[in-house]
Amino acid sequence: MSDDHGHDHPKHELSYHAKRIYAMRDLLVEKGVITEKDIQSQIEYQEARTPANGANLVAKAWVDPQFKARLIADPKAACAEIGIDATALNEFVVLENTPQVRHMVVCTLCSCYPRPILGRPPDWYKSFNYRQRSVSDPRGVMREFGLELTDDVEVRVHDSTADIRYIVMPLRPAGTEGWSEADLAKLVTRDSMIGVMDALPMLPE
Amino acid sequence: MTPATGRFRTGDRVKVKFEDRPGHLRTPWYIRGKSGRIEKVYGDFLNPELLAFGKDGLPKKTLYQVAFDHSEVFGKAQGAKDKVLVDIYDHWLETLA
Amino acid sequence: MARGHHDVGGLPGAGAIEVTEHQLSDWEILADAVNQALGARGIKRTDEMRRAREEMDSAAYRDMTYYERWIASIETILIEKNILTKAEIDRKLVEFESKWGEP
Repeated sequence: MSDDHGHDHPKHELSYHAKRIYAMRDLLVEKGVITEKDIQSQIEYQEARTPANGANLVAKAWVDPQFKARLIADPKAACAEIGIDATALNEFVVLENTPQVRHMVVCTLCSCYPRPILGRPPDWYKSFNYRQRSVSDPRGVMREFGLELTDDVEVRVHDSTADIRYIVMPLRPAGTEGWSEADLAKLVTRDSMIGVMDALPMLPE
Repeated sequence: MTPATGRFRTGDRVKVKFEDRPGHLRTPWYIRGKSGRIEKVYGDFLNPELLAFGKDGLPKKTLYQVAFDHSEVFGKAQGAKDKVLVDIYDHWLETLA
Repeated sequence: MARGHHDVGGLPGAGAIEVTEHQLSDWEILADAVNQALGARGIKRTDEMRRAREEMDSAAYRDMTYYERWIASIETILIEKNILTKAEIDRKLVEFESKWGEP
């Protein structure tokens, strides 16, 4: 059994739908609708996209105010500056958290997520519970992730209903003056860029 | 940004139409009939309601980021300033005086 | 008419957010890649896939896993566009059964 992609099932054990995608893949390739190379390059494209991309953008914005301004004004161009290929995104917006404002992102209708930057969304982001509660009980969701906010803070929940994709720029944690971008990036978790929590207050073990 | 040919500008107060019709609608149920304010004018986009059925998506519709007070939408305020922001197409909005 | 089964924002009765992660199986990675490849070739649009999921039987929608819903939608759209037929896919599965067999 290969460990490359988690649990590989012996093929006869696959669910009905799992078998059908193998069947469709074979038929589509046989008919020349798509090629094996198309499939392989999509797999590789997706594997190259991880939350580290977003963390690097945020860390650079924290240390460099001009980059931060460029990131907010034209996020796709700012991505290109640091070698992130965001061209697949139609439009993308960076939501800057402040001590007075926290942002949170959801797609209540399906699971839209800034995949070309951050990679695939976590299972919980796609769950019915998150899609239902994020708009009506954002503070309750944040509380589950360990973030408790006072009532004077403004919580802004963005529902990604169209082609705009959103990434949250979390607040720079206190006491990180003089840190390297690489260390700062380690504080920027995927969940802080969805907005359910703040950035980590200290380096993970 | 793409051109924006729609009716509304940043700051306008708008109401989301309460429509209930078949098809691929990207205006969530919870926001229909609610009143808010235009935060951003994103420009013109192909209409997903048509694209979903293999059509060309024309004419394009202006897309807006619309902000709603949490209490307006869900009937009780958590933080007094809390908001829900939804990206909504021009034809779903009407002027609120 | 009524609210679609996908249109869940604000619905009551949601429980705690289960923060599980699962490593994608090969078939899930394949579903993702086939979906993206079809889009890149201009064969289908994301809007069509969403609509196919919305038109699914509601019980099936809630019971299927995330990628199973994608696979069902890919099949619906490919059949709708006369790119594949259900019969062809069924036949291919029978081929697989005889090839893979039981251990």
